[in-house]
Amino acid sequence: MDITRRRLLVLLPAAAVAWEFVRAGTPESAPNYKTSEHWWGMLIDITECIGCGSCVRACAQENDVPDGYYRTWIERYHVTDYAIERPQVESPNGGKEGFPMNEDSSGKNFFVPKLCNHCADSPCTQVCPVGATFVSPDGVVLVDKNYCLGCRYCVQACPYGCRFINPKTNTADKCSLCYHRITKGLTTACAEVCPTGARQLADLKNPKDPIHEYLRTHSVQILKPHMATGAKVFYNGMDGSVR
Amino acid sequence: MTPITTPCDLNHRSLARFPVSKTIALSQRLLFRRAFRTPRLRLLFKDIEHLLRLAAVMLIALVAFVVLRAAVVPKSFGQYGHYRGDAIAELAARPVAHAGHEVCEGCHTDVVDQKKLGRHAGLHCEVCHGPQARHADDPASVKPLLPDTTVICARCHEANSAKPHSFPQVASADHSGGLSCNTCHQPHRPKIEDRGKPATGAKK
Amino acid sequence: MHIPVEGFMYPNEVELQWSVLIVLYPFITGLVAGAFILASLERVFRVQAVKPTYRLALLTALSFLLVAPLPLQLHLGHPERSLEMYLTPHRSSAMAMFGFVYLWYLMAVLLLEIWLDYRRDIVLKSQTAKGLPRLIYRILTLGSDVLSDRSLRIDERLGYFITLIGIPSAFLLHGYVGFIFGSVKANPWWSSPLMPIVFIFSAMVSGIAAVMLLYMLSSRLRGKQIDIRCLDKIAQYLMYTFIIDFSLEMLDLLQRIYEADESFRSLDFMVHTRLWTSQVIVQILLGTVTPIALLGLTQLFSLTESIRKRIYAVAGCLTVIGIFAMRWNVVIGGQLFSKSFLGYTSYKMGFATREGLLTAIILMILPFIILWILVKILPPWTDEESISASEAIPVHAAS
Repeated sequence: MDITRRRLLVLLPAAAVAWEFVRAGTPESAPNYKTSEHWWGMLIDITECIGCGSCVRACAQENDVPDGYYRTWIERYHVTDYAIERPQVESPNGGKEGFPMNEDSSGKNFFVPKLCNHCADSPCTQVCPVGATFVSPDGVVLVDKNYCLGCRYCVQACPYGCRFINPKTNTADKCSLCYHRITKGLTTACAEVCPTGARQLADLKNPKDPIHEYLRTHSVQILKPHMATGAKVFYNGMDGSVR
Repeated sequence: MTPITTPCDLNHRSLARFPVSKTIALSQRLLFRRAFRTPRLRLLFKDIEHLLRLAAVMLIALVAFVVLRAAVVPKSFGQYGHYRGDAIAELAARPVAHAGHEVCEGCHTDVVDQKKLGRHAGLHCEVCHGPQARHADDPASVKPLLPDTTVICARCHEANSAKPHSFPQVASADHSGGLSCNTCHQPHRPKIEDRGKPATGAKK
Repeated sequence: MHIPVEGFMYPNEVELQWSVLIVLYPFITGLVAGAFILASLERVFRVQAVKPTYRLALLTALSFLLVAPLPLQLHLGHPERSLEMYLTPHRSSAMAMFGFVYLWYLMAVLLLEIWLDYRRDIVLKSQTAKGLPRLIYRILTLGSDVLSDRSLRIDERLGYFITLIGIPSAFLLHGYVGFIFGSVKANPWWSSPLMPIVFIFSAMVSGIAAVMLLYMLSSRLRGKQIDIRCLDKIAQYLMYTFIIDFSLEMLDLLQRIYEADESFRSLDFMVHTRLWTSQVIVQILLGTVTPIALLGLTQLFSLTESIRKRIYAVAGCLTVIGIFAMRWNVVIGGQLFSKSFLGYTSYKMGFATREGLLTAIILMILPFIILWILVKILPPWTDEESISASEAIPVHAAS
């Protein structure tokens, strides 16, 4: 029997037993995860995001992200009038400590959480000279830090600015969609802690996944569609001014 | 016509008059002499000797490269694509830091009962309590610290024009004058009116 | 180190990824390609006038090509893994494929051509020299000391053939560097089909100017008379190449201004503020327009030899500085603005750090030291008094 994320929720009393598999720390012990059965993405609901920064903090704690670098971050937009091409944007410390009150509350104000878009036609994996970054068979763009040279070509090639060089490992680093969690039936750290459910993991290959259903019935956007990256992070309620 | 037996014979023959014998003479010359003993070819090889040596050096380098490659490239490389196949397992094997709310709820059923009646029903434990996988692994010896409500509640509920209007938010200076939030609110069941209503589990 | 940001940048964009060492890299490979093209003018296109610089150009190309990987190694997070680029190259990556283009150019073109051209001298020296130089020469002969007429003729023909392949190889060498930048769709300052072509022509300009300067300098140091016919010819080629290069860059600029796509406002502001000095003043005015004007003067008016030499020296120096500024503006300029087009950052160049200014200076001096060593081992000139474009240099056999 496949222990998928859904079934785990149902088996609440057995959660403690399932925990054994989680703590074992090896995918073989979390039985039956087959990469061919999944195609991961994410849904972000701009209308729900309150910019609390919990996701940024949780991600940093889950993945040992060094200070000053961000696997995920939040931007606050302020769009006055019809100036859709000239928003005012800020992201103090990536939104980790939340946002200070803004004086000008006229016009449109909203938060946009950002992360790696785990592009299906990823430009960053295209340029890696050695094959240290790649799209996994289940659709997650990953970095092999034991193989990466640290040439920074992938950082240049990402249109979304989601990559950085980790000063501790001197290799490229970025959101891994909490690969170590999703392969064990858990959700990503950012989705786990989001208080409003603005961030939701999506399995695009599972027709029963409710997020998949949401994507089929709502108007959603991706960032920079003209780049044709095949981005798999979908935004609901995203204003046209979002860069 | 006398048969040709030695090259000497050729010298005395007017070959032009007998084209057939000319051909026979030439082929006999080739048959009876081995190629390497022909001065012309030997000289040619001598003249390109340096190029042959260079070619040999390059060949050795190429072979060395191939051997090196076979020895050094990780065995799992190319298993699923142009990357180290083992990397997927390595990345998946990383230990988790957040236990996930299902695990918390497995033990803290009293808090579950309290929470499910209030406005924070959908709020997962580790938003406020931080990553607790180590605590879940060994509850007795790893005790989580209680979050400071003055700091933690404000992150969500401090008024900000960029937050959705429907989301409950206050300007804390006006609202509580600097008092910590849990002076009046119970975080697991935050609505003040609900305070004191039956719910299992004492406030910590 | 706190980096001041103007406007908004994605949080991970604030720190620059590619430093001054990555500016040096295209500059150095450009000098290689340019010097080689100049050498090929004589060998393939039979421009007799530039013969005195033939061997010097080849040695210059080699010195710079040997130094070229060093800025890359110093820049990598894990230089010890750099061999992975040859062991498991990712075929879709321009950077990986470039590793092979570099190797091809070094081994199959440049080293081979130098070896074939110098082989006679190497063999002779291996028989007459003493001590360590003798050992070096013996190794270089690969143990073969054949110097028959036919072997030398074969060398000659093979060398011609290699130079013939070498010309497109030199274009490939530096065009590829242009493609490494030009193919990055995420960066509108870089992404352009013109990029490889602009890089090739600016490489030719810098290489020709560098060899011209080195020829003048080395003649001065050796107390030999400069062949003014040779210099005139080189300067002429420099000017023509420069005009093409300038036209291409202006074409790119005009198109950008006219089309004014979403990136234009941000880039325009950047050029007017952060890149004003390096782009408008140094690259365009001092580094391109001035040298072209100076060289144009020598073509339009008949000036005395000494004035021409001074003009060539000044124009050559300005050219080399201008092409370096061009590399700076491409590499650093491409990272100063945000991909959100809403802000700018600054480049904080260290001094005595691994990727700092001091390292860059040392890396620029190193090729000249190598060139000096090469000139000692493989002298590009005979010991005769005056070097003229005629009998003094070993004649390349006419086909």
